[in-house]
Amino acid sequence: MDETVAEYIRRTVLKIPRDEIKTMLQKWGFLSEAQLQTLNFHQIKENISQEVVHLCEENSADIKQAAVLDIIYNHIYQNKRMWSVYQMKKSGEELEYFDISDFKKKFKGTLRSALKNVTITFKEYEDNAIWIRVAWGTPYRKPNQYKPSYVVYHSQTPYVFISASVLKSNLPLLCQALIVASNYHDIREMELRSHSLNSLKDIVFKRYSQNFQTYTPKPLQGGNVEPENADIRIVQENRSEKERIHRLNQEVFGGGLQPKLEFAQYRLETMFKSDPKMDVLDKKEPFRCLVKFSSPHLLESLKSLAPAGMADAPLSPLLTCIPHKARNYFKIREKKGLLPRSFVSP
Amino acid sequence: HIATSLPLPSERDHLRPRIDLVVFMIDIKSKYSLKNVETSLAHVDASFFLGKVCFLVTGVGRVNACSIETNAICKLGEAYCSPMLFCELELEGVRVATAQRLLRMLQICAGYIPGVSALSFVSLMRNSDDD
Repeated sequence: MDETVAEYIRRTVLKIPRDEIKTMLQKWGFLSEAQLQTLNFHQIKENISQEVVHLCEENSADIKQAAVLDIIYNHIYQNKRMWSVYQMKKSGEELEYFDISDFKKKFKGTLRSALKNVTITFKEYEDNAIWIRVAWGTPYRKPNQYKPSYVVYHSQTPYVFISASVLKSNLPLLCQALIVASNYHDIREMELRSHSLNSLKDIVFKRYSQNFQTYTPKPLQGGNVEPENADIRIVQENRSEKERIHRLNQEVFGGGLQPKLEFAQYRLETMFKSDPKMDVLDKKEPFRCLVKFSSPHLLESLKSLAPAGMADAPLSPLLTCIPHKARNYFKIREKKGLLPRSFVSP
Repeated sequence: HIATSLPLPSERDHLRPRIDLVVFMIDIKSKYSLKNVETSLAHVDASFFLGKVCFLVTGVGRVNACSIETNAICKLGEAYCSPMLFCELELEGVRVATAQRLLRMLQICAGYIPGVSALSFVSLMRNSDDD
């Protein structure tokens, strides 16, 4: 077995938390159950990884199998990576039958015709997701297995989720291969990024609970505004205000859990409006400013702002439009004459 | 009765009992909280400031997150001649002790303790530094 492959397998196993190693190796399926039985999972990881490499040598593992193990690791720990969303466009409206082997062939063909040194690995999952791992090389160097790109494609949708490696120069080639393989004619990057792949899918596939406007002549009574205040000795003076805020929040955010995003970024190119007496800026140029909101769970925290009394309800539409516009990067320019202010994409 | 700010909504005026003690809660982590209390103070009748108003400053356990200077808060307490309590709601022991203190103050303000009235609080407010 190639030394580089052995080292790669060893390092991949080291990344896995000790309690998960056995299950992951079983999922991999490259080592037999009998071989797995011989492993001692109660020793330090250094030793476990050495033993795994030893067994892989017995089975003559090559880089292809090692790459599959890497995909499995990244599928389970997908939230460690940053994912961007891309949308593909078709010229016609026909829904063609999707042939997975045709897809794979075209994808590999496009990449390999441009770059000989690439490692391409596919793995399909039950939710129609096709995971693709690409390790990039140069015409003179073998692929760097430690900086691969990952692509997740759901075949019945025009969306692709990419976690690019640091080597950004390969991105155009990757996009090209994707549109050729999937029979689309164009691809563009959406302004939507997050660590939570599932949340990105929820947003673009519209799987989160949205509030649809239903016709109610009178707002439904109360709802459960303060379920924890069961003590009747506590009287809420501002109950009607609290209920109004709750109702507005429900209308905007819906009832369920929000998709998980970590930040929203607003690039402002607007004129600075100051008191003329202050005379802060002489130049009549747009004031460039970047506003970034970060949070472990941005949308849930926005949802809780008004009920917590930290912001007035309703919240600015700039914040609340994030899920249904499917973007968390915005560029805001000055109103131009009679045109309404719009969120202009680059 | 819990309210987010003053004045209280007038629609519930007829349901409200006599008010014996007003506790203004200031979250030391939020400048907005202090501002809110300052604006609400303007709506309190002057007679309440004879011992029936008290300030409760919360969040003091998290020293790193303080947004308001203790100086500013103490000045507020002095300006309105009202006691200032500091507590950390996240610690159960402190929370219970503070609740007991407030309850005691409320009993006095409501006249349940013979011999002691709310006016006593004003005299207790005198700082040893002042003399």
